[in-house]
Amino acid sequence: MDETSLQKGVAERSATTPTRREVYEAGIRRRSNRIALISTVSVVLALFVLVPLAPGWEAVQRAFFNGRVFTATFPGLLEAFLLNVMIFAWSAPLIAITGLAIALCRDARAPALFPLRLFGIAYTDIFRGLPVVLVIYIIGFGIPGLGLPRPWNSPYIWGTLALVLVYSAYVAEVIRSGIDSIHHSQRAAAASLGLSDRDTMRYVVLPQAIRNVVPANMNLFIALQKDVALLSFIGPVEIFRQAGVYKSLYANFTPYVGAALIFLALTIPATRYADYLMNKQNKART
Amino acid sequence: MTAKLSLRGVRKRFDDHEVCKGIDLDIAEGEMVCLIGASGSGKSTLLRCMNLLEPIDDGSIWLDGTDISEPGLDPQPVRQQIGIVFQSYNLFPHMTAAENVMLAPRRVRGLSREDLRPRVTQLFTRFGLGERMDHYPDQLSGGQQQRVAIIRALAMEPQIMLFDEITSALDPELVGEVLDVLRDLRKQGMTMVLATHEMGFARELADKVCFLDAGRILEQGPPETLFSNPSEPRTKAFLARVL
Amino acid sequence: MKLIACTALTAIVSATAAFAAGDGTCAAGKTLTEGTLTIATGNPAYYPWVMNDAPESGEGFEAAVAYAIAEKMGFGKNNVTWVRTSFDEAIQPGAKNFDFNMQQYSITPEREEMVDFSLPYYTSAMAVLTTQNVVDAGAQATLDSLKGLKWGAVATTTAIPMLNEVIQPSDEPLLYNDNADVNAAIMAGQIDAALYDLPTALYLSAVVVEGGALLGQFPPDQSESPDQFGLLMEDGSALRECVDAAITELTESGELAAIEAQWLSEATGVPVIK
Repeated sequence: MDETSLQKGVAERSATTPTRREVYEAGIRRRSNRIALISTVSVVLALFVLVPLAPGWEAVQRAFFNGRVFTATFPGLLEAFLLNVMIFAWSAPLIAITGLAIALCRDARAPALFPLRLFGIAYTDIFRGLPVVLVIYIIGFGIPGLGLPRPWNSPYIWGTLALVLVYSAYVAEVIRSGIDSIHHSQRAAAASLGLSDRDTMRYVVLPQAIRNVVPANMNLFIALQKDVALLSFIGPVEIFRQAGVYKSLYANFTPYVGAALIFLALTIPATRYADYLMNKQNKART
Repeated sequence: MTAKLSLRGVRKRFDDHEVCKGIDLDIAEGEMVCLIGASGSGKSTLLRCMNLLEPIDDGSIWLDGTDISEPGLDPQPVRQQIGIVFQSYNLFPHMTAAENVMLAPRRVRGLSREDLRPRVTQLFTRFGLGERMDHYPDQLSGGQQQRVAIIRALAMEPQIMLFDEITSALDPELVGEVLDVLRDLRKQGMTMVLATHEMGFARELADKVCFLDAGRILEQGPPETLFSNPSEPRTKAFLARVL
Repeated sequence: MKLIACTALTAIVSATAAFAAGDGTCAAGKTLTEGTLTIATGNPAYYPWVMNDAPESGEGFEAAVAYAIAEKMGFGKNNVTWVRTSFDEAIQPGAKNFDFNMQQYSITPEREEMVDFSLPYYTSAMAVLTTQNVVDAGAQATLDSLKGLKWGAVATTTAIPMLNEVIQPSDEPLLYNDNADVNAAIMAGQIDAALYDLPTALYLSAVVVEGGALLGQFPPDQSESPDQFGLLMEDGSALRECVDAAITELTESGELAAIEAQWLSEATGVPVIK
């Protein structure tokens, strides 16, 4: 096509003689880069030079950044983190399924399904309104306290249920907002083809809605990865609890720093990825 | 002559605004009817009422002598017989063109992809989209998308096709390819109702043109009569503006 | 007459105060507030270490020991003030708000890297708290039997290394924030047994845990590193030598043993784990 040769022509010209605007923009860019560099260097300098000058720095360093304690506890922390990963791995799909079911409950339009809709509303209101740790305590100790035999009273089962209850409420709201974001003309098009409401939801609305809310749900699941640690309140020795044990054995907070590093190693890439997806989606919309 | 589709005293209101104020219209088998009129005159609403996307408030709609506007009637079988194509295409963006076309036949008529593929391929080829079947809507031009939307409606093998200003959202150079599709359908003898601003096209192909004004059919007749010799002053005024 | 009595009393009190200020004693100039000894305990402080969560009364083993040590250091009852801290506050870097902290802190070499401990004021046996149901189901005071139980403990205690090294349970133990949560887990049947110091275990089994039972104890002389409680002080605390001198004096005079006999139940009835 002529289009490509045209573009090529433009590229060649700009390679040899930049336009006035390009010169101007390049100048602005150099200036911003310089300012960014200077300000970054000064902040880093302040952090690494000024903070250690503080009178209590040595004590803080010994209590929080203790190399000996770090090396002694880090492998144990990594091992304990496997439990977090496992709890996350079995909770996440359950949360996704339950969240979707609740979102569909809230979207039920038939009058016969009104109780379902009411249930969906009550569910999301209640479980979004409660602190996770409270739900974990109440369900994790409360339900087994009713006299369930082992292994049905396991804190893993009921702690997972607590996580599923709370997080599926959030996921349900996110999915519902995704459903609402699908333009009604899509439903109209499906209806005009004779598709049932059910098929319209399943084949037309949901696939688009869920795709739209992937980044928002990613953020929820990053939060879940952190909240898995709350299960330690009812017994399981995951990384946060293991760090607490080490802290008390060594009378030193360094294991918490180790645990924080392990969390960050996982959540930072996940967060960046979620942001990337979000940006991509925003670009696609405009 | 018995009408394929008949409207009798059709009224439709949205909140306080009455959009259709008693419409009577007969569409014969194989006939092509064009609805013209200013924006907001009720053309689109009337089309949406015809395939029951909007329930009517009063009056009745008859398809092959059956009242399909009976409140509480399941609209789905009717919609299978009356296809509609929208101004903004409304393709499903997460499916390829072919999947868009096959979804309803698969789900509503229980046909398999394998059953459908030859017929769908034939439709795409017929409308010049043989190469685009597996493209997603955002990889197609507006004209191509609108043609896919027409194929999607045709795939349900409807007896009547409704077209709601299907060229209004298109760049001028893409209008022709869509109108060609309509010409093709006309040749095949499809019963069609169009809401349109393409007066030349209406004049060329329509059996009957209806001028809608403020929710009423003010005047109707064969295109030569209506365009050349309108009897109502409002029709004259409208035509003077658009021609 | 009344006036004279009053004046006399005032004179005596101020004399005591002057003495208690610790002038010329070991602790002079080494306490947080000159003339006052600030002691930290838990929030809440538990029976039988402190009775009724009121250390000021001097009732309960640790409260009584605290006042005895204070006296030996030259601080009268009126010159002792109490504060409350958590374990984390006790070990955090920076200025401390206590002279010493007393809440059943076990002395370990690892902890001594970070903080200072006094000489031990109590050597505890570890005991197995369980319920009658578990005992009825056949649990016995033998290591073999204990291995098969589902274990729990408070996460901040030295019970955990003991559990992992001596009992080595076949199932991973579950760990909790505090006594109350361990008890909730026992009552919910999520764990069979928990490891506590003997006095705490005695109290919990008798008063707190419904159907609670003591399965047995690991006497201090049996474990490799006996669980010894010490006063926790800031690393490099100048007061440490004074505290140690007071504790040595109390131990040698038999006063410490007398306080122990008064407040901590005789544990002779608890079977020893083989």
